[in-house]
Amino acid sequence: MSASEKYVAAAYLVVFLAVLVWVAIIATKLARLSRDVDEIVELARRKAEHEQPEHERVKVS
Amino acid sequence: MLARLRNIPLPTLAYGTVVLMAAGLSLVFFYAPIDADQGLSQKIFYIHVPIALTAYACFAWGAAKAFLHLWKRTPGADLESYVAIHQGVIFGALTLVTGSIWARISWGIWWTWSSNQLVTFLILFLFYSAYFMLRYSVEPGPARANMCAVYALFGVVLIPVSWLSIRLANDFIHPTVFTSNGPQMSGSMFLAFCVSWAALLALAATMYRVELTGKRLDERLAELRELLA
Repeated sequence: MSASEKYVAAAYLVVFLAVLVWVAIIATKLARLSRDVDEIVELARRKAEHEQPEHERVKVS
Repeated sequence: MLARLRNIPLPTLAYGTVVLMAAGLSLVFFYAPIDADQGLSQKIFYIHVPIALTAYACFAWGAAKAFLHLWKRTPGADLESYVAIHQGVIFGALTLVTGSIWARISWGIWWTWSSNQLVTFLILFLFYSAYFMLRYSVEPGPARANMCAVYALFGVVLIPVSWLSIRLANDFIHPTVFTSNGPQMSGSMFLAFCVSWAALLALAATMYRVELTGKRLDERLAELRELLA
């Protein structure tokens, strides 16, 4: 491999690696967002259970 | 035109980027001829220059959104400006790295302070890197959005300065490919360059949309959490 070939490969690899790193960062953020959604769903479920009104008893003839 | 681009679904944009990238790389390595003067190392031109132009486009887009925020108070323009500048800094860093690699093989040095284009680009990059220090040192709110918008608008002045620096001063080190007589390269080289640039613009647009979607989701989730608390 000549010096020119090495430098050309390095330039293109740097860009490829940068895109890979960016994808990895976005994947981490996505995982955090997914955890946040789970947490909020759990919060909403608990709140719904607390706020559920007691049903009025009605005499059925 | 811009509205039509904005309506392209994200998956379509992402697949389009992959296709353009593949086409660009094929044209660069199998279609464009090897430069008679620089040899194989000239192939770095097809990635370095489009990345630099994409960085300029991202900074300009960020400044345009900042202007919209200040002028029309467009909702979300502050966040869009921030994301565009973030993309610009990523592409700016890649411009400096790929440029250094090209300089090493062409000029025998990694960096030179005697080239106006390099120095002005570095100033532009550092200016927009400092944008994040400003943004994260102020509490979120309208005041931060206004300050960041003004800062982003100041930086955009550096773009034409950086672009014209090699024409305004006699810079003999950094080559001038695009002159008033058109691009100084063969048709096949110019085609490879255009496709590479289109691929990098599509990549930047995809990254911008993905990051923006993530940030908006983050904001909505925070709002939802506050409502449920």
